[in-house]
Amino acid sequence: MSNLNLFHYAAPATFYPLAGRLRPLFVALAILFGAAGLWLGLFVAPTDFQQGEGYRIIFVHVPASWMSMFIYCAMAFWGAMNLVFNTRLSGMMAQALAPTGALFAFLSLWTGALWGKPMWGTWWVWDARLTSELVLFFLYVGYMALVASIDDPRRADKAGAVLLLVGVVNIPIIYFSVQWWSTLHQGASISMTKAPSMAHTMLWGMLLMALSFWMYTIAVAFARVRAIILDRERHTDWVRALVRQA
Amino acid sequence: MFEVVLAVVRRDLKLAWRRQADIGAALFFFVIVASLFPLGVGPEPDLLRKLSPGVLWVGALLSTLLTLPRLFADDFRDGSLEQLMLAPQPLGLVVLGKVIAHWLVAGLPLALVAPVLGLQFDLPGDALAVLTLSIALGTPALSGIGAIGAALTLGLRGGAVLLSLLILPLYVPVLIFGAGAVDATLTGLGPQAHLSLLAALTVAGLCFAPFAAAAGLRIAVD
Amino acid sequence: MHWNSASEFFAMGGYALYVWGSLGVTALALVVEPILVARRRLNVVNRLKRELRAEELETTAARKSA
Repeated sequence: MSNLNLFHYAAPATFYPLAGRLRPLFVALAILFGAAGLWLGLFVAPTDFQQGEGYRIIFVHVPASWMSMFIYCAMAFWGAMNLVFNTRLSGMMAQALAPTGALFAFLSLWTGALWGKPMWGTWWVWDARLTSELVLFFLYVGYMALVASIDDPRRADKAGAVLLLVGVVNIPIIYFSVQWWSTLHQGASISMTKAPSMAHTMLWGMLLMALSFWMYTIAVAFARVRAIILDRERHTDWVRALVRQA
Repeated sequence: MFEVVLAVVRRDLKLAWRRQADIGAALFFFVIVASLFPLGVGPEPDLLRKLSPGVLWVGALLSTLLTLPRLFADDFRDGSLEQLMLAPQPLGLVVLGKVIAHWLVAGLPLALVAPVLGLQFDLPGDALAVLTLSIALGTPALSGIGAIGAALTLGLRGGAVLLSLLILPLYVPVLIFGAGAVDATLTGLGPQAHLSLLAALTVAGLCFAPFAAAAGLRIAVD
Repeated sequence: MHWNSASEFFAMGGYALYVWGSLGVTALALVVEPILVARRRLNVVNRLKRELRAEELETTAARKSA
């Protein structure tokens, strides 16, 4: 019977107020975890003996990279739900997550460049991880462009879902090929990609920041999905009543 | 079951024969792009030899992309695509036939022209052979993955640009192993590993991509 | 606590540009995105309100003329 319950919340009309009620909770958690993570990362964690204070970029760089990969997988999950169960909300969730995922991919590249400059002496290295992150960013852009150019929302959801599933199958292949490529051309890059040896406080700082980004993602995805729901369900009675009250 | 595939291949080849100009244009695009590079980077043979695997492979990739938007568009416009979708045979096999036909008219010619272009880049004989082989082996995967993009963007405004945005990131592995095979021949490592990975990509691409493309077509036409 | 003074903290051992450039842009992005999303929802609500009002005007006008 719990199945039935889940599908009950999958109706946009019930999910809209639920997301609105839950959102402040996730905002609060994001701020809490973020503050704790930054305090650990900036004030408690010791200086790295090789990279000095420059390594502190890790506290945003690594969590942002994690989130960019995780969000793509979450989108693929919602896409699959959309294709299999034909639930409208899952398509909207996939679309609501996309800009945030692209943002984290961009932040990962940006902080990676700012980390690379002092450590490797260059803004960009064709390192396997950086290159895969760049391709992931392209995948996000492709998904958003596809969804934006289809007027019929149902077709947009489904086409986007197919693209996401193709992408999620391809990501390991892309990662493997890029890894292969970068080991063959090692002369071109500087092999200093090893992360600094982790102190416990560093690890905790990173985990807390990752949790904070995670909560942030949920909060902002809820807010965005609410906007999408209103737009798509504009002809229903409950949205009309809601708008009349507002 | 494979009669469907053969029938679609035969039909598409016949249709392609009637518009040879399109195929010729994509092929010449490849030739011109490859010939522009020496004008851009200078004529030193060592530099050109180093660049040639990447340049020729990227050229082949872009040339394939030019012909992809028409993969389903003509059939969509004259309604024959809907007929094919109503047929009792699985749509995936129909798409497989179209992908094979696309490779025969758009991929294989690239492989045949590539050694001539390789000569312009001062490639030695064994590298020329590997170049031809790698393009012949890799382009079916390009056609297969491209079919997914062509299906998803069917009938959309600005479909051609959108198609390249969707598909080019997915072409990365094919590019790496294809150009890598030629590069490995040049540096004396031997191309076997690259070529077998490329063959694996092509087999996987031809097995799965047509069915994903078929799903995309159903979404686009419904 | 491992810094001796505020200026030492902000200097980040000579890596100020890189560390604060990373953290600053991240913080900016995570503040701007929710604002943009909130504005998007507001835009939708306002548009729907206008549509609704236009519809109501139409029906009352139709009733009057009938």
